[in-house]
Amino acid sequence: MAKTLFEKIWDKHIVKKIEGGPSVLYIDKHLIHEVTSPQAFAGIEKRGLQIFRPKQIVATADHNVPTLNQHLPIKEKLSRQQVDTLIKNCTNHHIELFGLGHPYQGIVHVIGPELGITQPGMTIVCGDSHTSTHGAFGAIAFGIGTSEVEMVFATQCLLQSKPKQMRININGSLKKGVLAKDIVLYILSKISASGATGYAVEYAGDTIRNLSMEGRMTVCNMSIEMGARCGLIAPDETTFKYIHGRAFAPNGEGWIKALQYWKTLYSDDNVVFDKEINIDAADISPMITYGTNPGMGIGVNENVPTANAMAESDRASFVKAMDYMGIAPGAAIKGQKVDYVFIGSCTNSRIEDLRLVSDFVKGKHKAPQVEVWIVPGSKQVEQQAIEEGIDKIFEEAGFQLRQPGCSACLGMNEDKIPAGKYCISTSNRNFEGRQGAGARTLLASPLSAAAAAITGYVTDVSKMLQ
Amino acid sequence: MSKNKINIIHSTFVPLNIENVDTDQIIPARFLKGTTRDGFGKNLFRDWRYENDDDSKPKKDFVLNQSEYKGQILVAGKNFGCGSSREHAAWAIHDAGFTAVVSSFFADIFKNNALNNGVLPVTVSEAFLKQIFEQANNAILTINLPDQTITIDATGEKESFEINNYKKECLLNGYDDIDYLLSIMNDIEIFESA
Ligand code: SF4
Repeated sequence: MAKTLFEKIWDKHIVKKIEGGPSVLYIDKHLIHEVTSPQAFAGIEKRGLQIFRPKQIVATADHNVPTLNQHLPIKEKLSRQQVDTLIKNCTNHHIELFGLGHPYQGIVHVIGPELGITQPGMTIVCGDSHTSTHGAFGAIAFGIGTSEVEMVFATQCLLQSKPKQMRININGSLKKGVLAKDIVLYILSKISASGATGYAVEYAGDTIRNLSMEGRMTVCNMSIEMGARCGLIAPDETTFKYIHGRAFAPNGEGWIKALQYWKTLYSDDNVVFDKEINIDAADISPMITYGTNPGMGIGVNENVPTANAMAESDRASFVKAMDYMGIAPGAAIKGQKVDYVFIGSCTNSRIEDLRLVSDFVKGKHKAPQVEVWIVPGSKQVEQQAIEEGIDKIFEEAGFQLRQPGCSACLGMNEDKIPAGKYCISTSNRNFEGRQGAGARTLLASPLSAAAAAITGYVTDVSKMLQ
Repeated sequence: MSKNKINIIHSTFVPLNIENVDTDQIIPARFLKGTTRDGFGKNLFRDWRYENDDDSKPKKDFVLNQSEYKGQILVAGKNFGCGSSREHAAWAIHDAGFTAVVSSFFADIFKNNALNNGVLPVTVSEAFLKQIFEQANNAILTINLPDQTITIDATGEKESFEINNYKKECLLNGYDDIDYLLSIMNDIEIFESA
């Protein structure tokens, strides 16, 4: 029977199906971090259980770590406690930890791929919703809650019901200045923040094929913002080339065998999806969000919609969002002033993002009133940026290169945007208060964010490119 | 860990007529620093509840601060619980005394997290949700898990809701998924060696 890419992987990982209920899904890799794991460790200890497969778990500290002076003890007591608890738990349970100071430390969704831990055909989970990122390699990867972290600790399995199947096809060439981030913000603006709830989403088409692995990760990363259980892209030569030679990638005989399997991972020609969406890449402009969910986005040259243009049921939330954002319905978004620029998060903090930004800002300087934070996704990205002299370019531009972590993406550490201030951000969520209580977030691509850093307001980056 | 059992919930409700309530609103990230499951209830909807993050200054217009609204049931607009996978959201709701959340649409991860913590997510039609919001503030709802129905007591309006059999059994009996998974460890080890 014809199968989707998702179904091929899913079927291979089913241990058992419960009559009238979910299936028992076997998990290959489990990534953990300091914020959503402590209660799970406490849970299995309370039950008197051991971690069933500690070798299939990898840990890092990312959500709640400072991005300055990482060599010093963490100042804030609760944050320090949380990071120390992770160290203690990993030691007690024999789990590999890439903690603060380790050359492999970084945002969990950046380091998994970077280290070759993420591989096609796997099932991967993490107590973080952006686990969907790893689907860029043709894996089933999804975020779970802490009780589920505990289940995987105890049994390496989860109870899951099979999601419906959606495919989003994107074909054609992208306009100047349009990046992977714009593709996914565009999809979100079309299908809304709940448009893919209940589905696994496969991204296909030649536009996706032509993206780098970094770009594909950016797209899959934001699948959760559409409500999707996960996002995935069939692996191809680009994928294999990216993985080859990485620290935890298979090698020798193992590589040949793995490759053989990976090449079978695609949706069969005649398979029928529950839902299929087609997008023409030429319709996509540099995107920016104006509201308080990632589905509230427009092309940078468009005007913010008015309440009248909304379906009646959406009006109340629209008005509430505009109120919070201090943005007038119907106004142009171009020219909106920004106070902070945040280039980072598991959506856009990979070396390719930093290279793009540094190429663009070389010889330019930030607007005086704007504060610019560049937060690399991992120690390795930071190191690479220094080796390539990107750090110098940022310094000359007045951009602050910090140390790796989630940082202002969720504002759990001290990297918070003050109340009422506008931040153009390459992260994935513009929810009320996400970047700090009262902070106002405009989501955009790294290039659009860099353009705003230079001009001090929302700008059409394509006009600034030669 | 066995959870509280749920059977029939007969209670007044707290109406939160807002759509796309994300888990960052339910519990903001700065309150996720705890390493236990307790005490999250007091920060439920923190930024909607207090002026300037000051818990001596409750915002009067927010439902959780209005004494006429109370009960074990939270009723909210569509796409409830979207965003972050933080289970702290479900813990906060449970800790604040809710045993059921009613909405016309739930985000996936939240729904699972709620079920894993003895909070029943009840999905109703848009029309039914609207009727609930139109009720007076001391109106009572009856959620009958065995029958899978929800009733507005005052009008007798009734709707049935979906829940898979396995999860239903778990809630009725206070079991959780780990108990089940541990009971099939044999199958899991056989699967691994295949
Ligand atoms: S960078 Fe942001 S979205 Fe990504 S894992 Fe960290 S907190 Fe989550």
